Amino acid sequence: MKIEVLGAGCKKCHALAELAERALKETGAQGELEHVTDLKRIMAYGVMATPALVVDGKVKAAGRLPSIEELKGWLAEEPRKE
Amino acid sequence: MSERDTCSCQPVEVLLFPCSGGSNVGQIANAAAVRLTREGKGRMYCLAGLGGDVSGIVASTRSAPVRVVIDGCPVGCGAATLRRLGLEPEVHVVVTELGIEKTKNFELPSEQVGRTCQAVAERIPQQSA
Repeated sequence: MKIEVLGAGCKKCHALAELAERALKETGAQGELEHVTDLKRIMAYGVMATPALVVDGKVKAAGRLPSIEELKGWLAEEPRKE
Repeated sequence: MSERDTCSCQPVEVLLFPCSGGSNVGQIANAAAVRLTREGKGRMYCLAGLGGDVSGIVASTRSAPVRVVIDGCPVGCGAATLRRLGLEPEVHVVVTELGIEKTKNFELPSEQVGRTCQAVAERIPQQSA
């Protein structure tokens, strides 16, 4: 599973990255976490506001900080890659 | 990397979704959204991205405080596209309801674009504009 946190690097972006890392640990999901700060890559997703969270290429949230429960739910939705 | 206090973290207050349909009123809706964006009254966004279920556009639309749909005619394709995602536009303007007749001539008089802009601007909640 690939998780991307989109954001130029403000407090909320870092908070989302930390939250995603925590969700990965608590769910035991196997995933690679990347913090994307490159504007062109962010814009390629069509998001209008950051921070945004992308799981395996799908934007799950944009312009807000999701709850840990939401994050865990999204990680559980994606099929596990053995 | 240094930590910043500000960035584009706040969702855009007003997102504009013109239907951009295949008639004069569809294109008046489009021109009005362009003009309103240039005037800083909102930000034109991508209705096609909602129809195409582009995840980044859908997620950004969900977090927007005010979603404005400008439909050309009562068919209401723009509003229907949002409703398909379970979203209700906070502001919905239909160009033909402003006394502009739907034709296929694609003439876009500036006065008609202006009338549409005015109707939209009047309906946007004040604290959002």
